[in-house]
Amino acid sequence: MKVTVERAELLKSLSHVHRVVERRNTIPILANVLIRTGTNGLSLKATDLDLEVVETVPAEVSQDGATTVPAHVLYDIVRKLPDGSQVQLEAGGERGSLAVRAGRARFTLQTLPETDFPDLAAGEFSHSFKVKGAEFRRLVDKTQFAISTEETRYYLNGIYLHVAENAGKPTLRAVATDGHRLAQAELDAPEGAGGLAGVIVPRKTVAEIQKLLEDKDAEVTVSLSATKIRVAVGAIVLTSKLIDGTFPDYGRVIPAGNDKTLLVDKADFAAAVDRVSTVSSERGRAVKLSLGDGKLTLSVTNPDSGSATEELEVEYGAEPLDIGFNSRYLLDITSQLEGDTAELKLADPGSPTLVRDSTKTDALYVLMPMRV
Amino acid sequence: MAGATRVPGFCRDCLADAGDGPRCAACGSPRLVRHPRIDELSVAHVDCDAFYAAVEKRDNPALADVPLIIGGGTRGVVSTCCYIARISGVRSAMPMFKAKALCPNAVVLKPDMAKYAAVGRQVRAMMQSLTPLVEPLSIDEAFLDLTGTGRLHGMSPARVLARFAAAVETDIGITVSVGLAANKFLAKTASELDKPRGYSVLGLEEAPAFLAPRPVTFIWGVGPAFGGKLARDGFKLIGDLQRADEKDLARRYGAEGLRLWRLARGIDARSVTPDREAKSVSSETTFDTDIRDLRPLEQTLYALCEKVSARMKQADLSGRSVTLKLKTADFRLRTRSRGLDSPTHLAARLYATAHDLLLKEVDGTPFRLIGVGLSDLSPGSDADPADLVDTSTQRIKATETAMDAVRAKFGAAAVKRGILLDGPVRGKPSGR
Repeated sequence: MKVTVERAELLKSLSHVHRVVERRNTIPILANVLIRTGTNGLSLKATDLDLEVVETVPAEVSQDGATTVPAHVLYDIVRKLPDGSQVQLEAGGERGSLAVRAGRARFTLQTLPETDFPDLAAGEFSHSFKVKGAEFRRLVDKTQFAISTEETRYYLNGIYLHVAENAGKPTLRAVATDGHRLAQAELDAPEGAGGLAGVIVPRKTVAEIQKLLEDKDAEVTVSLSATKIRVAVGAIVLTSKLIDGTFPDYGRVIPAGNDKTLLVDKADFAAAVDRVSTVSSERGRAVKLSLGDGKLTLSVTNPDSGSATEELEVEYGAEPLDIGFNSRYLLDITSQLEGDTAELKLADPGSPTLVRDSTKTDALYVLMPMRV
Repeated sequence: MAGATRVPGFCRDCLADAGDGPRCAACGSPRLVRHPRIDELSVAHVDCDAFYAAVEKRDNPALADVPLIIGGGTRGVVSTCCYIARISGVRSAMPMFKAKALCPNAVVLKPDMAKYAAVGRQVRAMMQSLTPLVEPLSIDEAFLDLTGTGRLHGMSPARVLARFAAAVETDIGITVSVGLAANKFLAKTASELDKPRGYSVLGLEEAPAFLAPRPVTFIWGVGPAFGGKLARDGFKLIGDLQRADEKDLARRYGAEGLRLWRLARGIDARSVTPDREAKSVSSETTFDTDIRDLRPLEQTLYALCEKVSARMKQADLSGRSVTLKLKTADFRLRTRSRGLDSPTHLAARLYATAHDLLLKEVDGTPFRLIGVGLSDLSPGSDADPADLVDTSTQRIKATETAMDAVRAKFGAAAVKRGILLDGPVRGKPSGR
């Protein structure tokens, strides 16, 4: 194998691929990146057995072949090479090493046979649809923060992606929850998504998708089977296993009958929550919301450090109510709202509260109150 | 002898000045204690003598003059042995069969922890009446800082401690040994010197000479592994550390090296801190015979989870990190931890996560020990908040509260989960 690649192209691609590689590996070949020549150039592939990323970069191939080399080392080498240089990769020789040359620098890397490199064996995909990068990214961004980290509830360790219905129109919907808060975002169901059964996309895969979608104009092709998801953006193809579990029936968690409506300026609200929570201890981050006619009082009392209150003018006409929330969860949610006004639908101090943009219906959040 | 050179001291029985003779001029007791700095030192370590055995002998006078060993189980070890048994060579932590071989006529009793804890609390209460600065190390020993209590007690800390030791003997019926020194390290060292019913004083001045001939492992925090490393580097005795250069030790062992340099000279700046906050709550048990099957492991695990849960509830705490501890038959330790989304103190939630961790470890390996713990603690009021998707939490909470109430009224054995019952298992454990 002998190829020449533009350093910037190789670096960009390696930066996508090497992230998948865990820093500590018990299986040596998982620390490596597979490089293989093809008709379109040079393809690079990395995997952690649950997730694999393949990216093709333009290259001048003088001799076909494939090998695997330590991913983080190759990435660090290419990163340190001078901008604008041409990188030559040459495998061969009796010891099976890979020579990396650029300008007057020369590296020799140990390789492992490419035949040992694991393949996720994606199999057949039952559904495939195209969606704008920015739209898909939005779906992920709006829900990602609510993913549970509790491994015992593994079925909550990802985003539940499925086809649902909103106002009579089919939508592609993403839901995540950790039991304390729930986030739901949706977009008009793209062609090809119809009949899609729900799948749970694991957290690490979600994070990788977010990074691959930094270029928002790109079009994304999403393919799904019962056990795998594939996301293709330009020259990058990400394939991942799905979480094998049943996502809870989240629909019954979303309150429909909450009759007390609070409308508050989102920015003022977030800033005030942030201010009063300064005095709260690391753990008990409860902030109390006292609602009266046209008035919201935020307060925090911490026996160890002191107390804080702040008053906000709001639209609220229902009977007075005191309710507590985790301040960090309130901030997480308000930072996801797009409009200027946040709408909170409340019932009582012990029941879930619904939060959303006052004008938009394509995203909603549910928050469990805390005792205050 | 001129008065100016006389070493100050007093009689431990009547607290009168020691004078010059070998016995107390006032009461004739030979139990005199003298030290040049006896009136200045105020940090003490108090340790009960052969605590479990002493309590049993107190409660059963027939045992007073026979060798007594407290310990248990078929593969038990000696927890405590009385001083009569020690004459035959029996020691704490010795395997029971070996102890019985050394001392065939010894009486062996299983430990009655509830009783010892009650006595330990009595002793602690007496300590706390002397100073608020009592730092318990275990059920039967503690550090006391009596600095500044001279006016309150109308006598020096040294005399207060002697009076305290005598009061423990008459009021509770067991004996203690006192180590009085300038700091915790030396106080702990001193209390070991004169056991049982001892009283020794160790000043900073004589500490280097006193420590020099002792092995480095005498220093707390230096175990066999670190001790071996130190020995390979030429530090076998504390004296070797005293001769070493401070910077050299720091270079070799970092902050630990500086600590060694100071402790080798008897310098220890740690303060006596009461109520050190618990960082974790855990419980573990060693099996009589090694276990490799899941069922008995999970039964034991559930019982331990209930124990931890009960202690958490009592202390009004909750924790969000679960740790499972297993020791294999060949003494390899496996610990596995997992975080929760919210703090808990429910036995059922603790068990659900610990059990998950256990399933991954049960692979035919024989285990000799299992333990479970909760760490990353928060107040009990944060425990088990209502959950959006898992409605069972509130039901479990109600069940456990009901079980706790029954136990409070009728005893711990009054109500049991089905998982703890022996016999063939039909179906899955219910309720979760």
